[in-house]
Amino acid sequence: MKGTSAVELVGVDKDFGEVNALSGIELTIGGGEFVSLIGPSGCGKSTLLRVVADLEQPSAGTVTVGGKPPRQARVDQEYGIAFQQAGLLEWRTVAENVELPLHVHGMAKPQRQARAAELLELVGLADFAGSRPSQLSGGMQQRVAIARALAPSPRLLLMDEPFGALDEMTRERMQAELLRIAGETGAAVLFVTHSIPEAVVLSDRVVVMSPRPGRITEIVTGRRPAVGKAAELDPDDVEDVRESSAFFAAITAVREALRKGHEA
Amino acid sequence: MRNRTRTVVTAVAAFVLLGALWEITKLVLPAAGVTVGDIRLLPRTDDAAMPHVWTVLARLAEPEVAGAAVARPVWLAVLAGAAFTLVLAVGGLALGGVLGALLALVMQRFALVERATLPYVVASQTVPLIAIAPLVAGWGGKIAIFGWSWQPWASVMVISSYLAFFPIAVGVLRGLGSPARADLELFRAMAAGWWTTLLRLRMPASVPYVVPAVRLAAAAAVVGAIVAEISTGTRGGIGRLIIEYAQSATADPSRTYAAILGAVVLGLVVAAVVGLLDVGLRRYRGSVR
Ligand SMILES: Nc1ncnc2c1ncn2[C@@H]1O[C@H](COP(=O)(O)OP(=O)(O)OP(=O)(O)O)[C@@H](O)[C@H]1O
Ligand SMILES: [Mg+2]
Repeated sequence: MKGTSAVELVGVDKDFGEVNALSGIELTIGGGEFVSLIGPSGCGKSTLLRVVADLEQPSAGTVTVGGKPPRQARVDQEYGIAFQQAGLLEWRTVAENVELPLHVHGMAKPQRQARAAELLELVGLADFAGSRPSQLSGGMQQRVAIARALAPSPRLLLMDEPFGALDEMTRERMQAELLRIAGETGAAVLFVTHSIPEAVVLSDRVVVMSPRPGRITEIVTGRRPAVGKAAELDPDDVEDVRESSAFFAAITAVREALRKGHEA
Repeated sequence: MRNRTRTVVTAVAAFVLLGALWEITKLVLPAAGVTVGDIRLLPRTDDAAMPHVWTVLARLAEPEVAGAAVARPVWLAVLAGAAFTLVLAVGGLALGGVLGALLALVMQRFALVERATLPYVVASQTVPLIAIAPLVAGWGGKIAIFGWSWQPWASVMVISSYLAFFPIAVGVLRGLGSPARADLELFRAMAAGWWTTLLRLRMPASVPYVVPAVRLAAAAAVVGAIVAEISTGTRGGIGRLIIEYAQSATADPSRTYAAILGAVVLGLVVAAVVGLLDVGLRRYRGSVR
């Protein structure tokens, strides 16, 4: 089991001077597993994600990503990353933005073009390959950012509130899209969000955190639609989940965990 | 395309307007100028001080020196002078640009260098051009590189580059530092090294800062070259020509203005060339977020 885990955090602390951003984090994410982080602002969700991404060094504890130290995992492009802002480069076309991680790693032009075409197909933007990012809507830009994160075929996707800036309808469509993509690629996902329904509908497990010091207070089982069906997952399946009583039960569980963390 | 046509039309219109203003000034103000007591408030506007626009243009076609055996027309002399100065200014812009961009790169790479040198770069601009011109010429005269002895035009180019250097160094430094933190982190997450980040992120992102800097630097290089020609006494350029003609301005005022017109056209040609650069780099222009 240990060999197949996408992320392992053991006794991880992170201090920023006086601020105790993370304290005693223990978390293992299995291969292909979808895990959400939820909690009040400032509880260390982004910090946790950034520690995994090797954008921040932990003050204590060990971090393993795909069986390697985070630095090595970053250099080997073991993970793809997407933030709240799509962060596309305006001087590159949509396809060239998707190619960026491959370009940076020196892949030959024909191969990376083929890969970008494949990924734009996957996120449903094949017709926009030659467009400029500013010509796309916010949701489309975020899909480009996801395609870019997937370009080197990572076993792990790190996403920090990727749908935070989208309207509710676009957001739900993007969630279905992400479930399909995660199913098709088999990648594990570590997903930061402020939305309880979003966390529940996407995740195998929802990790609830609380601030000062940032720590994990509870882990709730999510309602991610069955993996077997994921490859041909269509939005109706996700819709069914959203209307099931198990979905509401999970939402209540997460909400209570959040409240408990707040009172503690 | 329509945009460029408009730019050309605007430029021509500006010229015509300037000429019209000149003539109106001559019409409206008294020929002797305006003086209150001993203080002259407005300049003389008679034909000796402000010749008519058409007289200046006509002077271009006439020979430089009336009655000389082999006489060049004025326009040819002005053109030759402007071309000479153009070459020196472009050389100065290239030299100053390369050095400025290199310094900016080193400052970007090593914050310590930025802190240590930026104040001096800024301070260097407070040294007046008139003061350094004789210095450069004096030092240059003592230098011989691989048997090549220093030429006066080299001093002009060095002084011109000194003026072009500053806007480029500052513009490139700002441009290289312009990418958002999130973009830099994306590159770090992709394990891109300093060179790759420079090439694929910092340089493209710096274009909106560098193009205006080059525009400023080009103008400064032209002015620097003209002033340097005058203060080092270098022959062959438009600056020297203006001084030569000005010495006989009382007898032949329109010839001086013809040479000044040449300097103005030189500046416009350089500005137009920089404009082409802007057009070529269009795709990088909207990248400031
Ligand atoms: N670079 C930093 N320097 C100092 N303090 C930091 C830094 N980054 C984060 N912190 C602090 O660490 C704590 C956790 O921050 P973090 O960004 O991880 O919270 P978050 O859970 O992502 O919040 P939000 O939901 O608002 O995004 C906060 O108190 C924050 O002020
Ligand atoms: Mg955050």
